Amino acid sequence: MNKIVEARFLAPEVKLFRIEAPKIAEKRKAGQFIILRVHEKGERIPITIADSNPADGTITIIVQGVGKTTRLLNTLNAGDFILDVVGPLGKPSHIEHFGTAVSIGGGVGTAIAYPTAKALKDAGNYVISIIGGRSKDYVILENEMKQIADEVYPTTDDGSYGFHGFVTDKLQQLIDEGRKIDFVLAIGPIPMMEAVAKVTKPHNIKTVVSLNPIMVDGTGMCGGCRVVVDGKAVFACVDGPEFDAHAVDFEILKQRNRVYRNEEEISLRDLECNYDKMFNEELKKQKEQ
Amino acid sequence: MAELTPKERMAIPRHKMPEQDPNERIKNFLEVNLGYDEETARREAERCLQCKKPACIAGCPVSVKIPDFIKMIAEGKYKEAAAILKEDNALPAVCGRVCPQEEQCEKVCILAKKGQPVAIGYLERWAADWERQTIGLQIAETKPKTGRKVAIVGGGPAGLSCAGDLIQMGHDVTVFEALHEIGGVLIYGIPEFRLPKEIVRAEVEGLKKLGVNFITNYIIGLTETVDELLQRFDAVFLGVGAGLPYFLGVPGEHLNGVYSSNEFLTRVNLMRAYEFPNADTPIFNIKGKTVVVFGGGNTAMDAVRTSLRLDAKRAIICYRRTEAEMPARIEEVHHAKEEGVEFMLLYAPLELRGDEIGNLREMVVQKMQLGEPDASGRRRPIPIPNAIETIPVDVVVVAIGNGSNPIISSTTPDLKVNKWGNILVDENTMKTNKKGVFAGGDIVTGGATVILAMGAGRKAAAAIDEYLKNPDVW
Repeated sequence: MNKIVEARFLAPEVKLFRIEAPKIAEKRKAGQFIILRVHEKGERIPITIADSNPADGTITIIVQGVGKTTRLLNTLNAGDFILDVVGPLGKPSHIEHFGTAVSIGGGVGTAIAYPTAKALKDAGNYVISIIGGRSKDYVILENEMKQIADEVYPTTDDGSYGFHGFVTDKLQQLIDEGRKIDFVLAIGPIPMMEAVAKVTKPHNIKTVVSLNPIMVDGTGMCGGCRVVVDGKAVFACVDGPEFDAHAVDFEILKQRNRVYRNEEEISLRDLECNYDKMFNEELKKQKEQ
Repeated sequence: MAELTPKERMAIPRHKMPEQDPNERIKNFLEVNLGYDEETARREAERCLQCKKPACIAGCPVSVKIPDFIKMIAEGKYKEAAAILKEDNALPAVCGRVCPQEEQCEKVCILAKKGQPVAIGYLERWAADWERQTIGLQIAETKPKTGRKVAIVGGGPAGLSCAGDLIQMGHDVTVFEALHEIGGVLIYGIPEFRLPKEIVRAEVEGLKKLGVNFITNYIIGLTETVDELLQRFDAVFLGVGAGLPYFLGVPGEHLNGVYSSNEFLTRVNLMRAYEFPNADTPIFNIKGKTVVVFGGGNTAMDAVRTSLRLDAKRAIICYRRTEAEMPARIEEVHHAKEEGVEFMLLYAPLELRGDEIGNLREMVVQKMQLGEPDASGRRRPIPIPNAIETIPVDVVVVAIGNGSNPIISSTTPDLKVNKWGNILVDENTMKTNKKGVFAGGDIVTGGATVILAMGAGRKAAAAIDEYLKNPDVW
């Protein structure tokens, strides 16, 4: 079991956790993820590591509460325990000196983009960060990005903060202004990543996305996370999670991520109706242990 | 009771395994085989002729002293019977259930020549169950502590068997497991109705009591490398399993409803998807649907029988050869048939097709016939021209084996593997090319059986013991 040492909301439904996991903190590189399980009957879900501190043995994850497991996770606080945490999984981000790199994060995707943006900066790139959110409240990690990026552009769909428009609109604007862009990293909802790929393709800008298919073990054993890249089936857990955006079949990714839509709704209803009965007790027990 | 003569022993017919009724058992996940009662076990044990040169021991990959433990059962010394089993087998209650005895000990039993071998597997199961249920798992004597430390990578059959031997030899043993529960394929793969998880847990508990240290959620290669392990352990055994499922390589495998057997069985067994929504992990809703499993091995039988228990309307095995070539145990095929599994033999997949939202709807298959024998000695299936059929199907499970998982090899660059990624070892000692590192089980052989992996684990344990005495020799 891994202890949560810090937990705070960054945006509605978006919560940051700092978790004791010394071995993972020591090993983890940008782009890698963990798999966690919240309780005895819980599912295993992958979450990208946003940051780590080998000195105090903690890793940071940022979780958006969308399904049962993530919402349950977001009820936990400092001092609580997460039942299982395993990692670091997946291949680290490929980092090199590209020149000018644009890091695009949509919603909680910014948390996943952040460590790679940091690594890109450390490798000598000029880093431009675009942080997208539905509205002002959903723009996260702006201050953190400002520490590492050369330029930071928050964007909101409703114009309540920063640039009014989608992240792709901002990217298009940069391209139209004649900025020389050598590399784009795009992490967020699938439609956003797909849209970024469409913007960069005509300009031949190398673009990388981090995929989030459904996983079970995260070590290559089940094959559930297979995605089609360059017409070939590959496993996101061991061959990814980062892939060339121009080679990814986004339609298949969207279709496969929909497979349990009905079950996800059942689970969520179940959580809403029975949270106290099902989990308060159990999680309290976990805490006491 | 007077000693039976060989003739009298041979006159006793082999005792059948009592089973749950097929119509009942497809509605539950409880064990199919119910096990002998005491009287039946003793009577079956009396069939053993106590051969002077027992072929059965040589037929067992872990060399269980079979006539000795059976003699103890016949004499009513059950505790002793269980103790004899555990001298050679770390998981007797597991092996009594999942070993292919008909290919091993029972195949070479002298009575097999007369028709009906002694039910060695059923007796092994009975003795192990008796101990666990009646007096609780007994802890064997271990040799004095040597102070030598061994890391076992992978908590499956190979690793557990290696750990069981090494701890009894007095070494300090730590097992590292990637998943959240110990047991490997025994936990994620083999279904509850063939091997109750409670039995695996109890046998693991027994190893814990012997002093084996278990660490879950720890992936060697990622959380810690093999080289790092070698700095804090005197030897390392790699029993990580095959663990990278093969797919069919036909169009449409990305459709929703297509699973590898690993994923399908892991969702149901390890993650308990059959309890959904009381367990959080879902599985495709199979109720009233048609499920086709590609493959002819034990895993295929496990998957197809699991789908029946998830309330499939039709559960079909699709295999490109005939029943004679199927690698599955006869008992598994028999159980599957009893439960209503349909067999589409001599069919190979050509394509999977879905609907507009990406759900699997039908499969296109090619009718085959047997041609000349191939490299494996089995007659090669060849397509019958123009014999192509389209069949409606909702779920497909691909159970055609596993390649080797790349996590260890890609993080241990100086470890020699073959072109398929299997770790290369010396067959007698299970030594790899890397000093202090041994390997065994599916990661060496490719997909095989629980007991062969356990045999490899034992062999490695003996060689590790030798190595720890003479660490300069490699």
